[in-house]
Amino acid sequence: MSEQMSPERMSPETQTTFPRHVRHGSNSGQPVSRRDGRLKVTGAATYAADNHPEGLLHAVIATSTIARGRVRSLDVEAAKAHPGVVEVITPANRMPLHHDPNEKMPPFGFRVEVLQDDTVRYVNQPIAVVVAETLEAATEGVRLLAPRYEEEDARTGLDNGLRHEAQSVGVGAPGTVSFGDLDAGLKGAARVTEGDYSTPPQYHNAMEPHAVVAEWDGDTVTIDMPNQALRMSAASYAAYFGIPAENVLIRSPFLGGGFGSKAILNGPQILGILAARQLGRPVKLVLTRAQMYGPVGHRGRTWQKLRLGTGDDGKLTALHHHSIGATSSFDDFVEPAANASLMLYESPAIRVEHEGLRLDIGTPGPMRAPGEASGSASLEIAMDEAAEACGMDPLAFRLANYAETQPGTGKPFSSKALRECYEQGAAAFGWAGRPLEAGTMRDENGFLVGWGMGTAVFPCPQFPAEARATLRADGTALVETGGADMGQGAWTALAQLAAESLGLDLDKVEFHSGRSDLPDGGVAGGSGHTASAGQALSNAGGDVIARLTELATGDPDSPLFGAGNIGVVAAEGRLHRRDDETRSQSYADILARAGQKELVGTGKSGRDPASAEAFAMHSHGAVFAEVKIDPNLMQVRVSRLVGAFAAGRIINPKLVRSQYYGGMIWGISFALQEEAVADRRTGRIMNADLAEYHVPVNADVPRMEAILVPEEDPRVSPLGIKGVGEIGVTGTVGAIANAVWHATGIRVRNYPIRIEDLLRRR
Amino acid sequence: MSLSISLAINGRQHDVALNDPRVTLLDLLRERLDLPGTKKGCDRGQCGACTVLVDGRRINSCLALAASMDGAEITTIEGLAEGDELHPVQAAFIEHDAFQCGYCTPGQIMSAVGLIKEGMAGDDPERVRELMSGNICRCGAYQGITEAVLEAGRKAAENAQPQTGNPDTGKDAA
Ligand code: FES
Ligand code: FES
Repeated sequence: MSEQMSPERMSPETQTTFPRHVRHGSNSGQPVSRRDGRLKVTGAATYAADNHPEGLLHAVIATSTIARGRVRSLDVEAAKAHPGVVEVITPANRMPLHHDPNEKMPPFGFRVEVLQDDTVRYVNQPIAVVVAETLEAATEGVRLLAPRYEEEDARTGLDNGLRHEAQSVGVGAPGTVSFGDLDAGLKGAARVTEGDYSTPPQYHNAMEPHAVVAEWDGDTVTIDMPNQALRMSAASYAAYFGIPAENVLIRSPFLGGGFGSKAILNGPQILGILAARQLGRPVKLVLTRAQMYGPVGHRGRTWQKLRLGTGDDGKLTALHHHSIGATSSFDDFVEPAANASLMLYESPAIRVEHEGLRLDIGTPGPMRAPGEASGSASLEIAMDEAAEACGMDPLAFRLANYAETQPGTGKPFSSKALRECYEQGAAAFGWAGRPLEAGTMRDENGFLVGWGMGTAVFPCPQFPAEARATLRADGTALVETGGADMGQGAWTALAQLAAESLGLDLDKVEFHSGRSDLPDGGVAGGSGHTASAGQALSNAGGDVIARLTELATGDPDSPLFGAGNIGVVAAEGRLHRRDDETRSQSYADILARAGQKELVGTGKSGRDPASAEAFAMHSHGAVFAEVKIDPNLMQVRVSRLVGAFAAGRIINPKLVRSQYYGGMIWGISFALQEEAVADRRTGRIMNADLAEYHVPVNADVPRMEAILVPEEDPRVSPLGIKGVGEIGVTGTVGAIANAVWHATGIRVRNYPIRIEDLLRRR
Repeated sequence: MSLSISLAINGRQHDVALNDPRVTLLDLLRERLDLPGTKKGCDRGQCGACTVLVDGRRINSCLALAASMDGAEITTIEGLAEGDELHPVQAAFIEHDAFQCGYCTPGQIMSAVGLIKEGMAGDDPERVRELMSGNICRCGAYQGITEAVLEAGRKAAENAQPQTGNPDTGKDAA
């Protein structure tokens, strides 16, 4: 597979925006093609549902068609009478579990529905499992159950949901934060702009539906499933089934997309494992596309209010961001939308507040840029409105309100090349000369043209993670960490980091991951996987080199004898004396002379607490969008999209660019396409499929440009990696909404922006 | 009941005794013939993940009943490469990073192979985008996909040209 590992021929585009982190003689920083590329283009990459152990049974869940009430009856007899059906699992015969599913499972486990009783709390909740010899029989068995319900009125919106103050939002963030005197800031303002904004429920819709293939052997179980947090999940499943954590092996070599939906425990996957236990045979359970609209999380709907006070100088005097986030009737995940206003712009007074709204829906959860996406989608429109009120160019207005330190706390940023992002993005887009007024630009076909921009931001966490590196007698290495590659390119970027730390070429490094019995690779989420697992791998490699150095420098017959730890350099499979690089010894030789078959090193990752305390840490970016709108149909097309992002050290520019593109496409989707529409009477989602729930197809996406703005940040971690997976969504949404205004003069404050919003107000 | 069908998949003849008329071509491949490379994203003809070639034409295999495939010649993602030699579309997908998670990729590639063979897109990115729009990529790898399809299409066109000389002008290619 060597052709995949060799560095790519650089395209002209790559050359112009190449970051300066390339270390000579190192794989890191190179635009290497994906190491798993060949597997993925030949169909040989194995996703969970591709597994087919001997004696496999197929399970299909029956899900509720009502949002609230109880199941009165199921025709279990009819289902069981269908040829091939082996068992129907309902609350009446479901085997007991060792953890109460109505209790949360720390640290991130939500309350789940695993047939604990006959209550229905949302549409598409599991109400039974049919297990059969074939998928066809199980599917028909589900139909034959013909459930009858006792239905209660569904709470579906602001008028009938239960509002409550949100103590905490997202995963444990405070619900209210306040700095300075908001009232004074608003009173002292030369002008105040305010508006009501809303964002719809959105569903992750990874292309791979959630799946589980479980096979028990006594009290141990092997689970094939797409999973973003292997070790944590293994411990949770163990608790549910009352077995030691080491008895659970999760294999997740490839995920067909995750976006947050495969990080958190859910009912259907527990039910698949349970069915295998209860029936004593391996079971495969795969959700249908429609069943992904309920039990596996979504981006919760929000209703937001923003008030911005500005002075005559165009500087903010006050920023007030209030958000109501929909959550389920039985659990809490309130979209931390308003917290976006704590990250971006300087203001002497800032207040962010959240409320929750209980509805009869499945519990929302983190979805790509949770909080930042929905919050900045509104904030960036509000900033544009304020700029308009001040008669300022939107970019100039943002620069006038540039936060040199973290808003409110005054903490310095660990690094912040946002100014460079603005400059480079604006230059590449050709922002200069944009008319201030809306509705003045037309293209050669008479289409309305508008330009808009938005600021992108995302925190850059570093999670605890562990790794192991084993140097082998032949000078090659095996590196291992139980991480997850859901498409971000971990298998490639992490291997590059490991190879760099070991002073080996990439093709000398075998990389194992995606299993829960490997050192804990932490969570692949929060845009923190490369920073976290990468640091652990790098430290493990460093540990190997330190041990190797000890062997060599302590060996009187080695050319490195007496050189000491500080005096050697590891490169191309050899240790060299730092003061005289011609004196060197190969790893294989060092191991052989020491009589060792292999050398094992370990490494950990975790953010330095002092650094975390002292600095605010974010990735930043600026996105510029052009839209074209047919003046008769008011159909909006994004015709150009340029993003410039600064995210610390870039390990693989080719893969990073793909992450930015993907995020920006999610921005197009958020701004113009995605929305789950619930029937107000029943709470049923009317577009729970990929035809009616719109996500961008190829023709919706213009040619894009992603600029990698160089940034060095020794404070986030020794490697200086920030994270790129989610930030692309954030600035793009607002940029497109603002471009629509600039084309038409119409401010649409409710996402997604629809043709009818524009036609109605034309 | 049992229904016998005989079909060629990736050049290999399969005689299948179907015990169930409801089986789709997609589930036949995935669950019964050990060819799970073709993916299921929706089972409704809405995403394109299950695209295969039947008698050279692109179809959504989730919408085709296996029972209707008697005598068909089917190509799946597993049958594109010649041994270690990747099909030009496969190679172009790696080169242009035309995927992330890889789940839509088998369908994208089969669509691209069909599209290039049909010669409908030519060298026009807009047409490629339009004609590849039956295949959803939630990861958003569209830019790479478009570039990869264009490049593979160009290569296919070059290979179809005569090797020396230019018949149109009568001039030497050099
Ligand atoms: S699985 Fe066939 S089109 Fe989606
Ligand atoms: S690569 Fe993930 S869906 Fe296309």
